[in-house]
Amino acid sequence: MVAGLTRSERQLALVILTLLGLAGLAMAAAGRGDLMGAHGFVVLVFAGAVAWVLMAGFYAPEPGEERLARYYDDPTKAGIVLTMGWAVFGMFFGVWVSALLAWPELTFVDQAWASFGRMRPVHTTGVIFGFGGNALIATSLHVLQRTSRARLPDQLSPWFVLIGYNLFCVLAVTGYFMGVTQSKEYAEPEWYADIWLVVVWVVYFLIYIRTLQRRQEPHIYVANWYYMAFILVVAVLHIVNNLALPISLSAARSYPIYSGVQDAMVQWWYGHNAVAFFLTAGFLGMMYYYMPKRADRPIFSYRLSIISFWGITFFYMWAGSHHLHYTALPQWVQTLGMTFSIMLLVPSWSSAGNALATLNGAWHKVRDDATLRFMMVAAVFYGISTFEGSFMAIRSVNSLSHYTDWTVGHVHAGALGWVAMITFGSIYALVPWMWKRKTMYSPRLVEAHFWLALTGTIVYVFAMWNSGIIQGLMWRTYAESGTLAYSFIDSLVAMHPYYIARTVGGLFFLAGASVGAFNVAMTIRAARQETVQGSAADVPATAAVQPGE
Amino acid sequence: MGIDHDTLVGFAKSWGLFYLIAFSIAVLVYTFWPSNRKRFDRAKKSILEDDDRPKNGGSGEK
Repeated sequence: MVAGLTRSERQLALVILTLLGLAGLAMAAAGRGDLMGAHGFVVLVFAGAVAWVLMAGFYAPEPGEERLARYYDDPTKAGIVLTMGWAVFGMFFGVWVSALLAWPELTFVDQAWASFGRMRPVHTTGVIFGFGGNALIATSLHVLQRTSRARLPDQLSPWFVLIGYNLFCVLAVTGYFMGVTQSKEYAEPEWYADIWLVVVWVVYFLIYIRTLQRRQEPHIYVANWYYMAFILVVAVLHIVNNLALPISLSAARSYPIYSGVQDAMVQWWYGHNAVAFFLTAGFLGMMYYYMPKRADRPIFSYRLSIISFWGITFFYMWAGSHHLHYTALPQWVQTLGMTFSIMLLVPSWSSAGNALATLNGAWHKVRDDATLRFMMVAAVFYGISTFEGSFMAIRSVNSLSHYTDWTVGHVHAGALGWVAMITFGSIYALVPWMWKRKTMYSPRLVEAHFWLALTGTIVYVFAMWNSGIIQGLMWRTYAESGTLAYSFIDSLVAMHPYYIARTVGGLFFLAGASVGAFNVAMTIRAARQETVQGSAADVPATAAVQPGE
Repeated sequence: MGIDHDTLVGFAKSWGLFYLIAFSIAVLVYTFWPSNRKRFDRAKKSILEDDDRPKNGGSGEK
């Protein structure tokens, strides 16, 4: 992979890694006695490890000019591998923390890092940012080049984004294990990690802009709109929500500049728009490219996709306050959030319906091809979970669902059924294209993964629906004397069987992801072996590798 | 001069509503503008074309 960089790009990479290593050293020295010092060593080791790989290939011959006649896919390939790695890691911790809820005595590792409160953000960050983020970076760079018919502007900046983003994820996850957190849901990393992410993200946005400037197509394909919105809005959300003052430049701890209900409002404006633009817009970008590609049919209605895009962009921004019903937030702000959440059904169902209508006439392909079925099920779950979300945002429904497992079930219907399914479908479509193979190593394992994932999702979601509604009802049941009919512990006992079911569902999903990771690894291995034997030189694929054949 | 809560509420409820409606109308006009039909149709179908190499060697000249 280093061989793909020009000599000057390799030198620049070395300079960047040296600066990063020095920053790590400074953090380690200044932050001694504080957890930030430990993170300094993490940064130092990370920079050293990447520099080691760089140095190993530093004197490889330079790539020739003919590279400019091809797309630059090395970062996408690395991104796919990282995606699958993070999927297994994040979902493993998901299963562990869910097992802890069913059997609290499972804390057989009697260590602080293995406590629920620390492992739970490891799970959420591992799957949302590790798995989801790497999938978004990998696929966006692929889609951007294909739809623009232009190569990425240079070869170093995509690596900077991919590797730098993973450094952020490593800092986040190691931080939670150690106890570094700013305690804002989905925005737990502390200030120095946040600042680093801003740098990475600006470079990511610039890659997009620079490639679009070079595009050979008159019109920017709608998938890129979604990806661009994802990058731009996540940048805005991240910066505004993470405005904080560190207690000192040599300490990890910081305090947000907002206080009280303002902090809560900003946090859920961030939290819900992270769902909108991290977990939805980017993945819709995937759907609008890989699904038509795989089905070999153009999107049902291009105009509808434009209207859905702007609908999501206008409406979502206002919806976050539905997380704060019955709080100190002004009533009209709560109502505004509720209203916009219901209006959101229009663009959400437009996208889901558009996707399913695209498959109309290609249902025989859906039947035969597990990859396309992953995408179809994703669109269905997108439709179902957005309906559920709008419904739960209604104040009176929220009074039953809030703080219960219904919410947990809802996010997992979205996360497992929509986000993970569209990602796996896209990866199964993308891997053979990227590694110049006709199919995956084992189409039967793709099939197995599909059924494991679907079973796991359904078991999980039904368990949480039951558990959540029982919880909500038990908490609001009054005895005749006006006292609560059930104690909190009664509701815990009632939830126990559902928690076991959830762990089983999660285990199915993890098993599926592991099968997928194995399949991807074996596909890459087979491609490598062929390259070594010289039977497949690195020539562009012909039409034979096109989808649907 | 301080901006009080009522001012912000008034602004959000009046102008906030109008500019969003204006944006929405602008989007609908753009989407259904007759001369845009051709480029949308092309974009819709072009992703299915064989796309294994950048155009013009990807040099950036249009």
